[in-house]
Parts: sequence; structure tokens; C-alpha cells
Amino acid sequence: MSVWVIADQRNGALRKPAFEALSEGRRLADQLGTNMEAVLLGHNVEGLCNEIASYGADKVYLIDHELLASYNPPAYARAIGDLIKEKRPQIVLMGGTMTGRDLMPRVAARVGAGLAPDCIKLEIVDGKLKATRPAIAGKVRVEIGYKSDIQIAILRPNVFEKLEPNTSRSAEVEKVSLEPSDLDTKQKLVEFVSKETGRPELTEAETIVSGGRGMKAPENFAIIEELADLLGAAVGASRAAVDAGWRPQSDQVGQTGKTVSPNLYIAVGISGAIQHLAGMSSSKFIVAINKDPDAPIFNVADFGVVGDLFKVVPLLTEEIKKIEAQEG
Amino acid sequence: MKVVVFCKSVPDTETRVKLKDNRLDKSEIKYILNPYDEFAVEEAVRMKEAGKVDEVVAISMGPERAREALRSALAIGADRGILIKDDVLDGSDTYVTAKVLVKALEKDGAEYGMLLFGQQAIDGDTWHVPGQVAEMLGLPQAGSIIKLEVDPDAGKAVANRLVEGGEEVHEMSLPCVVTCRKGLNEPRYPSLPNIMKAKRKPIQDYSIADLDLSPEEVGKAGSFTEVLSYSLPPKKEAGRKVEGEPEEVVQALVKFLKEEIKVI
Repeated sequence: MSVWVIADQRNGALRKPAFEALSEGRRLADQLGTNMEAVLLGHNVEGLCNEIASYGADKVYLIDHELLASYNPPAYARAIGDLIKEKRPQIVLMGGTMTGRDLMPRVAARVGAGLAPDCIKLEIVDGKLKATRPAIAGKVRVEIGYKSDIQIAILRPNVFEKLEPNTSRSAEVEKVSLEPSDLDTKQKLVEFVSKETGRPELTEAETIVSGGRGMKAPENFAIIEELADLLGAAVGASRAAVDAGWRPQSDQVGQTGKTVSPNLYIAVGISGAIQHLAGMSSSKFIVAINKDPDAPIFNVADFGVVGDLFKVVPLLTEEIKKIEAQEG
Repeated sequence: MKVVVFCKSVPDTETRVKLKDNRLDKSEIKYILNPYDEFAVEEAVRMKEAGKVDEVVAISMGPERAREALRSALAIGADRGILIKDDVLDGSDTYVTAKVLVKALEKDGAEYGMLLFGQQAIDGDTWHVPGQVAEMLGLPQAGSIIKLEVDPDAGKAVANRLVEGGEEVHEMSLPCVVTCRKGLNEPRYPSLPNIMKAKRKPIQDYSIADLDLSPEEVGKAGSFTEVLSYSLPPKKEAGRKVEGEPEEVVQALVKFLKEEIKVI
């Protein structure tokens, strides 16, 4: 009755939410006094097993196959689901990447097990998993209990603390074979269109600087980008900025965009409509810069600056540069 | 080719959520068609307008108010609706929901070319049901798509998923499942004549008995998960708000970033 973690990798690199899931899996396994075991899927990815072990895995099930070289929902679900049915772990976790959110419902359906998504807290109560997650645009918290023997959960990225890796740890590696099926051939990832900006992914970023309607024009986002790059932050946008065509859809934070939980969220020229708050209110610290003292964003901000963003933001960038220069 | 769009009736985003005895107090909630489902309905109707699809069927599972969500889909241009409504469905988790929807598809006849969902419903926010349905039916799936091209004659679809750092382009054989999100299209506002016309379009009602399901297989009894309680998120303490000359407020902000939360 072990705790399993599906270790999400892309292009041969483990993803940040995978480390968070491994770390939480280790904590739950310790509570239950059992093993934490990881499942790694891909092609030519065996080299990642040591890194997975350093996050506390006692064992790694390695499913290495050409079919799994890139994300294929039916094949991935079959590979993981059938292994779960055979070995019957008690708990299965995966980080809430776009793969995790897409894949685990298929896996849960294949296994016939309960699934909780977007979890922000996991506990063991009476020997079973209990999950807490936000719902209805973050307006309520829901506690979910399981009736199935196998309990599956998807973790909201950036919420669960990552363990310090211990490189002296090692894990047993068990290779699992995969027999191709007709279903796998019904789908193929034929191309990846990269839109890399060199900045961190919004859902995984420690810091986000977001701009809204107050930015007035797309070229004005230069001051947001400069501040973001100084802080190693991702750049986000409100719906208004995206709908105006100033920023790409992938930058949108909020109800019809992304849900983010960074350590620091800096909202610049964003009024704070409920749809926007739904996507960022679980940030640890929120700073708002807005000229309207009555903007609802100030109700959730830890630190609010009422003022002209076109003066405040460049000045802030300048001051941070000075500090960094001093500290060398 | 027939396509099926799944529609959910959800609380309007602006609705204030109240709790009563750790449960949702639904008495004052205003309901709408899930905004993500609008992208799905719009996409299906555009396929029909482009001559690629003969019929667009909208299915909803929910209480009587879900009929209004179906009417909204019919006003956008869906041809007919199916409402799965039964008191014993209350408390169903996503697994049961998927199971019931699959039964409804079977009942309606299985010759569909595509199943379209919203990426998520804005109340539960689970993203579960499309993948669960796809797995139960053994279909390929592309979730969170912002582009879709369908070739019914070749029996193929190509869809772009919006993922971290870019777009995954998936080629699938038909029938397939897609989940729709913002960026795919701009849903239309139904015209008044189309809203009037929607009132005359047929909606077929199914109970669980019609779908050959027993009460033990659905609702709380058939579910693998259950909601133990609802609570309001912890209230954030009111933060500071500074006003004044840019130099002064920036100094205060820098102090906050450096000394209190230590990010610089």
C-alpha cells in the first residue's frame, strides 16, 4: 500500500511540479509508514531516475517506450492505469501541469478510482487521503474524502513545498514494458510550437508582474518586462489587456486564463475584477499599483501603492537595480 | 456527421457564495451556461455552418435549471438538446457524471464524430469529465485547445493545445474528444430571433431509468469521492495602502519587498 507519484518530464527534464509532488508523496508515505514510489514515462529517460531518488523515491517504475516520447493521452493513461491496477498503490499523486490536469482524469477512469484536482492541502485521516481544494473561482474551499481503495490527487503547482534533494539517496529501478495497442495509434503529437520567452512559466513562477488596462498600450508593457526580468519573474496580464490584443492569451491570469500561486504577485494597473482575483488570490504576497484608491485589487493586496504606474514602476526598477548594484 | 456538445449550468461568476451548515446555500445564486462550454458550442456551430457537420446536439446533466443552459446552447445554434435529470443524481462525482453522459450518448445513438466540452466548469473547476468520458469510450482527446481543424472525409482532426511554453499540435482520428477554452473562438451573442427559435427546438428528457442505470450506481452511492465540507477561504487581513509622491511610495514599497518579504 505505497504512495505513488507520476513524475512529469518533458524533453528529458523533470518539471518543477513533479518535484513538489515527489516531496509531498514522501511526506505522506512517511506518515503512513510506507514506501514512496515514482512512475517515470518517456523515451530514453532512464537518466532521470537518480534525480527522482534524490527527492525521496524508494523505487522508480520506468516505462520507456517510443510511443511515450511525447504526450499521448490514451497511451499514457493505459501505461499508468494498467500499472496501478496491477500493483494497487493506495495513493497516486501528480503535479497539476497541463499534462497532469489532462491525463489523470483518464487514468482515474481507467482504474475506477476517486480523483481530486487542484489540491492545496493533503492529509491522512483514519488511514485515508483527505484533499482540500478551492472551487467556485476560489470563493470556497472544499474538503474531499475518498471511498475508493486507490486515492488519486492532482496538486496545484507552487503550493506544496519542495524538499531539499539528497543526492546520496538511491532507488530501485523496475523497468515496465508496454505493449502497443490500437488506441495509441489514434492520436499523435505531430509538432510542438514553442512560444518560449526565456521567462519562467506563469504557473510555476516564484514572482509574477502583471499588467492590466491601466497599461494603456502594448508598448508600455516594456516597463513591466524590465521589472520582471530584474526579479526573475514571469509576465502576466489581465483579461482586459489580453482582449485588447496587447498580450498573448497564454499570459492571461484569471478565470478564463491561468490560476497562479506565486510567492509574490505584483498587479500593475489592474483593477481587480472578481474574474482576475479568481486566478491570483492564492498568491502568498500581493502588491498592487493603481491610481484608483478604490480599486478592488487593494482589498486583497498586502501592500498597495496608490499612484501613477508610469512613474512608480520605472522608479521601483531603478531602486531595485541600485540595491542589487550595492550588494554586488 | 453529428457532434455532441456538453453543457453545464453553473453559478454566475459575480454571484456571492454563502454557506449554510457547511453546505452551499444555493437559494440566491444566479445560473448561466458555463462560459467554457460557450466556446465548445460556438465551435460546433461553426463546423455546421462550414458544412462539416450535419447536426449539433447539446447534452446537459443537472436539475431543471440546466434546461436554461441548454436553451442558451440552442440559441447559439445547436439543433436539439438532451437533459439528464433525476433527483438521485445529486451528489454524483465526476466519475459518475462521465458514466451517465456515456450512457446518454449510447441511448442517443453512437454515430458521433466529435465530443466537445468546455475545458472546465467554473464552479467545480475539476477539468475531469472530458478525460473520463474519453477513456470510458476509448477515444483520443485533445484538452485546452485554441485551434481546431476537422476533416470529416479523411476522418481526422488536428488540434492545438495551449500548454506551458507553447502549443502541442495533436493529430487524431475521429471520433475524438476536445476541450475548448478562450482563444479558440469568440462566442457570438445570440440574436433575438435565434433566442425565440431556440424555445421551439426539441429537448429530450432522460431519467436514470431511461438510461438503464440504477440509483445505487449514481449520486453519492455510486461515487468514489464525496464532498466532506465546504468552508470559506481564510480572510486576508487588510494590507497597507500608501499614497504620496512617487519617490516616497517607492521607498516604502522597496522596504516592504526587502525587509518584510525578502524578495530583493
